[in-house]
This record gives sequence, C-alpha cells and structure tokens, in this order.
Amino acid sequence: MDASRRRLSAELPPDFPAERVALVDLLDRLLAEGVVVTGEITLSIADVDLVTVSLRALLASVSTLATVQSGALESAARPPE
Amino acid sequence: MTGYQGVWVYAIADYAGGDVFLPAGVARTQVRAIAAAGLTVLASDVDLAEFGEEALPRNLENLSWLEEMARAHHNVVDAAARLFPVLPTRFSTVYRSEATMVAALAERREQLRSALTRVGGHVEWGVKAYAVPGWEGDPTARQGDASEPITAGVAGPGPGTGTGAESGAGMAYLKRRRAQILARQEFSRTAAASAREVHIELSGHAAQARLYPPQATALSRTKAPMLLNAAYLIDAEGSAEFDSEVAAAAAAHPDLKLDLTGPWPPYSFAGQEG
Repeated sequence: MDASRRRLSAELPPDFPAERVALVDLLDRLLAEGVVVTGEITLSIADVDLVTVSLRALLASVSTLATVQSGALESAARPPE
Repeated sequence: MTGYQGVWVYAIADYAGGDVFLPAGVARTQVRAIAAAGLTVLASDVDLAEFGEEALPRNLENLSWLEEMARAHHNVVDAAARLFPVLPTRFSTVYRSEATMVAALAERREQLRSALTRVGGHVEWGVKAYAVPGWEGDPTARQGDASEPITAGVAGPGPGTGTGAESGAGMAYLKRRRAQILARQEFSRTAAASAREVHIELSGHAAQARLYPPQATALSRTKAPMLLNAAYLIDAEGSAEFDSEVAAAAAAHPDLKLDLTGPWPPYSFAGQEG
C-alpha cells in the first residue's frame, strides 16, 4: 500500500457515542438521497432504483418477521394439534 | 490486488490535514483522507468481488448486508461530521480506482464545493409525527371499546352470551362501529392538518426542509399511523433552539406525538440545491 497516503485510525475514540440509530431512519436518509457524486459502478447500475430495491428487501424481511411472530403467537395461544 | 479493489466514498470533507480518529469503514476497511481536485475525500478501498457492479445490486437486496454496510457508512460520516464540515456522498458510491474517483470529482469540483459550503456548519434533525389515538380530543377514544372483540360470539361461550337479543345487539354494534369509523376518519383529517402545521412551523426555523414518505406502520414499530416524516437542516449553533421549537410544537399539538432524531450529518440536503 502507498505509505505516503495519510492514514486515519480505525480505532474508535473513547467518547464515540454508542447510540444505535433506528435502521429505518438511517435508510430513509442513505437510500433516498439524491446523487452528489456518482460512482461509476453505481452509475452502471443506474437503472436499478436503490430505494425500491432496498425497501423491498426491508419490507420482505419485516413481513417475514411478522409472519414468524404471529405464527409463534398463534401456536402459543392454541393447544398443539 | 489493485485490479480487484475499488474505492468506496463516504463524504467530501472540509478538512486540511492532521490525524483524526475515524471508525472503520464498510467491510472493516480503513478510511483514508484523499486529496482530490482541491477537495478532501473520505474513502476506503473495497473488494470489487463484494462491491463491484455484479455483486453490489445483489448485496443491496440482502438486508443484513445492507444494515451492516449502512451502519458502518454512517459511523464514518457521523464521526467525521462531528470533527469538520462534511458533504455526505450517496450511499454505495463506488469507483473502480482512485484515479477515476479523482477525475469524477474534478469534473464537479465547483458544484461540490458550493454544496459543502451550503451544508457545512449545519446538522440535520429528523421529526416524525404520529397521530395519538388516545388523545382526549379524539372522538373515538371516549367510546373506550375499540378493542371490543368482534368475534366474541364465535370465539367460544363467553359469560353473558344472551339469547334472543342477538339481532338487536348486532344492529347496535354495527351502528356504534360505523360511528367509530366516521369519527376516526374525521380525527385522522384533523391530525394530518396538525402535522402539516408542525411542518410549516419547523420549516420556518430551518435553512432547508425535506419531506420523506411516512414510514409504514410495520417499519416504525408503532401502531399509530405516521403523518409526518421530515428532515430539517439546522445551523449547528441553533440545535438547542430547534429542540425548543419542537417541544413547543408538541405542546401546541396534543393530537400528535412528535419524535425527534438527530443530530444527523446533513444526508438529506447533500444533493439538494439551496
């Protein structure tokens, strides 16, 4: 690697906040944001709408979760067949 | 090795040098400050087998991958934004090499510099508003039987299941139910108008404002419908004041529950003209 490049430490400073933002709030911002600098790779997949792609993944995951949970609730509420 | 590595970009920074501490980037890569076209770019080298044009669209569909990368990306941008002014670049901006990145930045140099000036020294606050179903002004709340089991007669022999009065009770139920639905619709309209007022008020205190579509109830993990999902660009010095404005708006609109998030790096305003 090029030693002349300035290196930034990968260590967290001690006072780095440990707060964990809600994923959905973060994705609102990261995925719905307009392009400022377009990477050539991102550009080459420009016909893929990132927002749609990712929200579909998110929704699929949430609905799977909901199905699993409601399934668990149902089986807990009903005697086994 | 070089042929298989690309460059993932986090932000353009108004930062002239010196060592700073930044967390690890996506895929645990080390973040570098690269001087390019008179700008400083925060970026890290990524494996194109994972971040290349073939793998990237597929990986973006994978929620656990997306979450990991989104959080790593955010950690870098957020930490940087606490140290110096930054212009966040779009998530998943990847170049095949540092040279192509520098060329792309040089082409947009003036635009990037003016955008950095516009959002630099500002933070973003998120405000979400939900309708409060139990609010005393909510006409549906007083009826107190929203949870009345519709299928009480079907679910099993409950206590007090009468005979002979079924149809009368059924009609009464349907009437009551209809009144509830109408009242709820009326309430929703009022709460939505309230949310619009809050947005207008808060926009008046912001350098810029932006509306996002309300999050689906399933995603926001609340039962109450979201009526406002907004971002406001606020002078970093004015955060405390904005917080008070949100508190005042909450007090003025008891039919809404307001949820404040931030401070965020100015993600929502990086790509918008001033």
